[in-house]
Amino acid sequence: MQADYFEKKKRSTRLFLAILGVVTVISIIITEYNVVKGFSSLPKAVEWGLANFYPTQESLTKLPAILDKLIETLLVSIAATTTGAVMALLFAILGSNTTRVNAFFGSISRGIATIFRNIDVAAWAMILLFSFGQSSLTGYFALFFGSFGFLTRAFVETIDEVSGSSVEALQATGAGYFSIIFQSVIPSSLPQMISWILFMIETNIRSATLIGLLTGSGIGFTFNLYYKSLNYDVASLVVVVIIVAILFIESVSNYVRRAVL
Amino acid sequence: MTALLEVNHVSKQFGSDTKALSDVNFSVNEGEFVSIIGPSGAGKSTLLRCINRMIDATSGEIIFDNMNVMNLKKKDLKKVRTKIGMIFQHYNLVNRLSVIENTLHGNLGKKSTLAGVLGLYSQEEKEQAVNILHVLGLDEHIYKRADQLSGGQKQRVGIARALIQDPRMLLCDEPIASLDPNSAKIIMDHLRNISTKLGITVLVNLHQVDVALKYSDKIIGVNHGQVVYNGSPKDITKEDIQLIYGSEAEDLIFDVGGIHAS
Repeated sequence: MQADYFEKKKRSTRLFLAILGVVTVISIIITEYNVVKGFSSLPKAVEWGLANFYPTQESLTKLPAILDKLIETLLVSIAATTTGAVMALLFAILGSNTTRVNAFFGSISRGIATIFRNIDVAAWAMILLFSFGQSSLTGYFALFFGSFGFLTRAFVETIDEVSGSSVEALQATGAGYFSIIFQSVIPSSLPQMISWILFMIETNIRSATLIGLLTGSGIGFTFNLYYKSLNYDVASLVVVVIIVAILFIESVSNYVRRAVL
Repeated sequence: MTALLEVNHVSKQFGSDTKALSDVNFSVNEGEFVSIIGPSGAGKSTLLRCINRMIDATSGEIIFDNMNVMNLKKKDLKKVRTKIGMIFQHYNLVNRLSVIENTLHGNLGKKSTLAGVLGLYSQEEKEQAVNILHVLGLDEHIYKRADQLSGGQKQRVGIARALIQDPRMLLCDEPIASLDPNSAKIIMDHLRNISTKLGITVLVNLHQVDVALKYSDKIIGVNHGQVVYNGSPKDITKEDIQLIYGSEAEDLIFDVGGIHAS
């Protein structure tokens, strides 16, 4: 009996590895990917990067213009996150099992949030391109929809986790719905919600760069412009600026997170 | 003495086949201290929550202060709830708010929506909260955050929140189940005082039979959702305990023979 159990476990592990191997081989064959050639070209790519892809003295003259675009991208990301968070809070309160008005509205608001969450930000950008064209508004809405979906889910879980018991206590005192939301649910879940919002801002700044490529706005577009015009030194400066900005934002948000939690 | 609370033929069914309470009957007089004892899963918590309708009973009637709680509309139910304080095993405080804010939460039921949302409390309300916290020995902790307190202190804040409601009755759901013996005694003494000195009716769910017998005016024994004992703690016998807990008295952790010793 015991031997059987371990034998069965081993067999299923072997089966899983075999399937994984077969899928990998099939994919390589279909895409005509040459593994040896792929890896052996890596050193060459690094060599090229070191030779061409670094900021030079003269690319620094473009810095003010780049920073301008960077700040635009940061602000759009932050605006999309905070406005998304306000909507998400509303939907999370309606969708949480602890605070929902009734089961019907609960599942509707969670359903809406699920749809928005499962469509990727890049997909949102492509969809919105049709209505808003190539502008930063498209980028804003793409980030807004993505943030809204994700934050709703995160907020629902936060509310369920931290405020269930105190909601029960306040209901027992005869307190009304809105009093309970503002006196119990929001104070208990605020720190965790802020933490989620900071996480979302960080994620959105990263995505915003990619979204910019699609929507022709922000720092992503700046990079694309210089890269396609073979201005590799300026393009690399853009990359450096983005990395510095991301590290900076992350350290700021870590500081804020420590302060509120 | 008049009955403040009457529970008549109350049954509660969860789903189609789980019967939590079946035909429960008892009454509680004004100012009485009543303990409900019984094994885990006997329906004690459900019974307590049916009284202020945190759970809706399936059938029967619950008369509180000459009103049938079962028929009340939302607005009137809230009004009744402001007259019934509730105390929980896990205290159910808002951990990130201060002791005094948690205490003042007991007044939310009497406030307008706007005042409740903004947390506007009058000077008298604040003074009353400070007085209650003083009586409960929490002077030093008034502005501390609730999560910085020990279990016994948190439970006293829970009592303060119930007392500021100026209730006719307290419902206590396992108030000492998570506490050490010392804190448990402090809490039980406070509850007993509330009943004796303030004349507030106290209904307590308890796991500790010896504690229930020592503090109560009346014992209600529940097993399998039915009341199997209803009477004075003085008259309780080994056989009654056996009936409530469904096991041989010798198997219980405390000495049944000594229950009337003190």
